[in-house]
Formats: sequence, C-alpha cells, structure tokens
Amino acid sequence: MQVTSSVREPLVTGGKSYHDVTYDVARQVEGKPTKLWFLAFLTAAGVLALGSIALLATLWEGIGMWGLNKTVGWAWDITNFVWWVGIGHAGTLISAVLLLFRQKWRTSINRAAEAMTIFAVICAAMFPVIHMGRPWLGAYWALPLPNTFGSLWVNFNSPLLWDVFAISTYFSVSLVFWYIGLIPDFATIRDRATGLRKTIYGALSFGWDGAAKTWMRYESVSLILAGLATPLVLSVHTIVSFDFATSVIPGWHTTIFPPYFVAGAIFSGFAMVLTLMIITRKVFKLEDYITMGHIELMNIVIIITGSIVGIAYITEFFIAWYSGVAAEQYAFINRATGPYWWAYWSMMTCNVISPQLFWFKKIRTSIVATFLLSLVVNIGMWFERFVIIVTSLHRDYLPSSWAMFYPTWADIGVYLFTFGLFFTLFFLFAKFFPVINMAEVKSVLKSSSDKVHK
Amino acid sequence: MERDTHFILGVYDDEDVLLHAVEKVRGSGVKIHEVYSPYPVHGLEHVLGYKRSRLPIAAFLFGMLGTSLALTMQFYMMKFDWPMIIGGKDYAAFPDFIPVSFEMTVLLAAFGMVGVFMVSSNLKPWAQPRIFDLRITDDKHVMAIDIANNSAIEVEKIKEILKSSGATEVNNKSFE
Repeated sequence: MQVTSSVREPLVTGGKSYHDVTYDVARQVEGKPTKLWFLAFLTAAGVLALGSIALLATLWEGIGMWGLNKTVGWAWDITNFVWWVGIGHAGTLISAVLLLFRQKWRTSINRAAEAMTIFAVICAAMFPVIHMGRPWLGAYWALPLPNTFGSLWVNFNSPLLWDVFAISTYFSVSLVFWYIGLIPDFATIRDRATGLRKTIYGALSFGWDGAAKTWMRYESVSLILAGLATPLVLSVHTIVSFDFATSVIPGWHTTIFPPYFVAGAIFSGFAMVLTLMIITRKVFKLEDYITMGHIELMNIVIIITGSIVGIAYITEFFIAWYSGVAAEQYAFINRATGPYWWAYWSMMTCNVISPQLFWFKKIRTSIVATFLLSLVVNIGMWFERFVIIVTSLHRDYLPSSWAMFYPTWADIGVYLFTFGLFFTLFFLFAKFFPVINMAEVKSVLKSSSDKVHK
Repeated sequence: MERDTHFILGVYDDEDVLLHAVEKVRGSGVKIHEVYSPYPVHGLEHVLGYKRSRLPIAAFLFGMLGTSLALTMQFYMMKFDWPMIIGGKDYAAFPDFIPVSFEMTVLLAAFGMVGVFMVSSNLKPWAQPRIFDLRITDDKHVMAIDIANNSAIEVEKIKEILKSSGATEVNNKSFE
C-alpha cells in the first residue's frame, strides 16, 4: 500500500505496495546478471588489472616510481587520499546525520551511499599505506605495537597518527552500521530463495526473524550508531585537515581548514552519490524509489556546501593578506598566478561557479545537467586538494629548491587502480546486495501519508 | 526449545490494524508470544509492554572503557614508558591525546553495543531462526500465540479473538 499526501510529494512514487518494494529490489539480486552489468563489471575489472601493474611496480621498486622530488614530497598520492576520503563522507552523512534530523527521504539512498563510503575509504587508505614505502612494516609505524626498540612507541602528538585512528575507526564503524542495516534485507532474500542462495543469504542474515523485540533493539542500535557516527564523520575530515593545518607550511597553516575540509568532503561526497545513483536508478529501473525529489534535495546540499567551500577559498585569500605574513601572502598569490594557475582556476570554476547553476530549478531537476555537474564537482574537488598540496610545497623556502611536480605513469596507474577497485566493488555490491534498504523504505511508505492504496 | 511447540498465528496486512489488534488480544487475556514484522513498526513495543532497550547503557559503558583505555595507553607510552620532548611540548601533552581518545571511544562504543545486540538477539551466521511465515520479511505482520502459555483459554476462542481483531488469516504452526 502506498502513501499519497495532499500536501507533500510522496517519497516513493508509483503507488507501490510492500510486496512491490520487495519485488523491485530483490529481483536485481535474484535475476541473472544483465549484459550491461557484465560490460560495466568487466570494464572496471580491466581498469583494476591495468592499474595493478603500476601498483606492483610501485611496491617492487619503491615510491621512487612516482614523480615526487625532495621539494614536492606529497603530490598525487595524498591528493588522491584526501579526495577519496572526502567522497567517503556522504554515505555516513546521509545515513547518520539525516537519521538524527528525521529526514525520511534518506531511506532510498542510504544503502548505496554507505556502500560507496566504504569502498571510497578502502581506496583512500591505500595511498598513505603505499606511501610508507615498505607497507609490510607499516603496522609498526602506524600502530602502537610492542617492538624490539624499547618499545619505541608511535608519536601520539602527530596528526598523521590521529589520522590512522580516525580513518580506521570511521571505516569499521561505517561497515558495522551498513551491515546492521543489511541484515533484515538479507533475511528477505533468504525467505524468497531456495537452495544455495538460501544458505548463503541465510548465513548473511544472521538468523534474522523480524521479531518486535529485535526490531526495537535494532532501532535503538541504529539511533545510537547514528549519534556516534555524526561526530565521527565530522572528526575524520577535521583530522585529515590537521595533517596540513598543524604544519608550518605557508598555505597549510590555517585555522579555517577543519570546517572548510568537512564542507568540501560533503560537497564531493554528494556529487559522487549523484553520479552513481543516476546510473543505478536507470540501470535497475528504480526511478520510483530514487525520485527527482531525491536528486533535487541532494543538489540543494551541493549548492550549500559548494557555497561554503567558495566562501572558505575567499576567506583564506583575505586572511593571507590580512595576516601581513609575506610568505603566506606569496603562497596565495602564487596559487592564483604562479605556474599552477590553471589548477587553481579549474578548482575555482568547478567548485565555486558551476554548482551555483543549481539555483535554477530547471537545472537542478534535470538528470543530464545533474549528472554532468556531479562530474564537474568531483574534478574540481580533486584540483582543490592538488592545489592545496602541490602549490604550497613547490615553492620551498629557498628559491634554489623550487621545483615542479610531474606525474609519472606509476602515479597515473595507481590512481587508475583505485578507480578500478572502487567500481569493481560497487558493481559487485549492486548485483549481489539489495541496493535499496527495503525494510526502511517499507517503514516510510505509510507513515508519511494520509491516504493508503491497497 | 526441544519440545514440540504449537502456535496460532494471526496474519495482519496493516500496521495500524496490528497495533489495535495487539491491544485487543492482550486486553482479552491472551498472552502473545511475539509479533513479527517486515519493518520496524513504531509503538509496537509499547503496546506489547516491552521495557525500553538497555543497549544505550551498554554503548555508554563501552564508550567509557574506550576513553579510559585510550588515555591510559597514551599517558603510559608518552609520559612514563619512553618520555620524549616533541615540539617543545610537555611529555603528557593532554590536548594532543584528545583525537585518539575520541576515536577509541566511538570505536569501542559502537562495537561493544553491536556485540551486545548480536548476543542478546541471538544474531549469528549459523543461527537457525524459527520462521513462522515466509511473508514476514515481505509484507505481512504475524502475531504468534503459544498454545502452551494460554492453556486457560480454548484454542477456538483464541482464533475467534484474532479474527475479530482484524487478522486476515489465522493459521496453525508447529515446530519440532
């Protein structure tokens, strides 16, 4: 039965009954993979295979394979790290913050957005691990493990170590949050299946029986996890920004970084959710669940966070001038007019100007425009991190040390590897897991309505 | 649970009918074994008379444990076991210990609470749940009544009560 309200647009369109929800979502899992899915999956796996050549070369030879030099010691690696972590912020924001604010529209998109979060964080975490050079020893450098040097412990004053704790906590808590939500839906698939599928989804569903007492605890767990995940998601990008802000490099040493990074993370995360959702709803015919209303609301979040990011860029520039510190002033003038001017102005165009187009209702309710702008935002956010990292480093304190950064094939290949990994995981998820949270969508079918369709 | 158990099941289509039905059935003296739903029905735990879940308390305690462990670890390592001056700061640079303490708090609170949830609700990959009706995870709410717990009331009478409370079907179910 479906809810239609005389005052609001329904969250799910098409007059769906509870059984329709089950059918529409579960048929993706139960049906044979389509040709389109195979094509997409094989493309992603191909990119993954191609990129793994660069990854293996980097692991074998060391990070000398990358274009880093003694002046620019962080470049594409950390840019990609921050970019992927940023993308990984939308999922938990949608499922946790919107849950606390009782935004029921989140129910159709939270599952896929959280999956995206988890995969993006995996891609992100790869970069600092490879950047350690000898990742097989990395556990000793990153974790407080007893060792034969004393024990000589890790440095708890270092923001890089805080990042280890932040990213690993974020990853594991997001994973648990996502899995708890999946359990009832796995049970739905189990109860529709026979044979091997029943065994597999039966194990995945942890023996879920839908008892009222379990649902009560489930709701309690979801609420507390949301309450924990909300400060967590804000803390993660705050700590990522500390990697820069606590240093003494002109261009990094800024107190505005934490809120500015968090806004940027939500901005790019929502853009990536839109990119993936527009494809998913089309391929899996889920237009009644991920409606134009969802797309419009996400576009509104993009305008807000994009504007915050824009104000942050301008504030940074103003404060550099106002501080009266010559090195700081130079760093910012150099960003806009130095050898990396093209990166700076790409960032400004993609992140500050283009999302403002969403003020026009025609544009923010157009699928094509939203899809294109979501790509533009993600390109812009990559340039933002590149600009912050490389332009602040490439003019060292001594002009004799000034340098440029040129990526090598290994830089590009490792970045490609993460794309391959991300999309391979996402396509596997989209095929074998229910992409929409059936139980939660069912719970909002009626409660937001004043009329019931049987 | 080895003994034979026989249940009477009331199947409901609508969550609001279900909520009134639970009140009605309990009001007529029938003890409900449990109600099974495809999605969380708000208010169902109240009409069933369940006490509030104590999981938030578990989360709080595990969170406290995380904070204390993190602070103890950091003070021990940085101040006592191998003191070093870093950045001109005190050995015990308390503000620097906050981020890791916060993350450990969240980590232990989340995992501890979920662990307690799994154990208390008997959720595990090898669990063999008693499935009363395959449609419970699809679109039907099922009220299960254990005959053994309601020996004072005749079975036919219970079925009568279920029907009049709005159940679309009344079925029998037995488990080995």
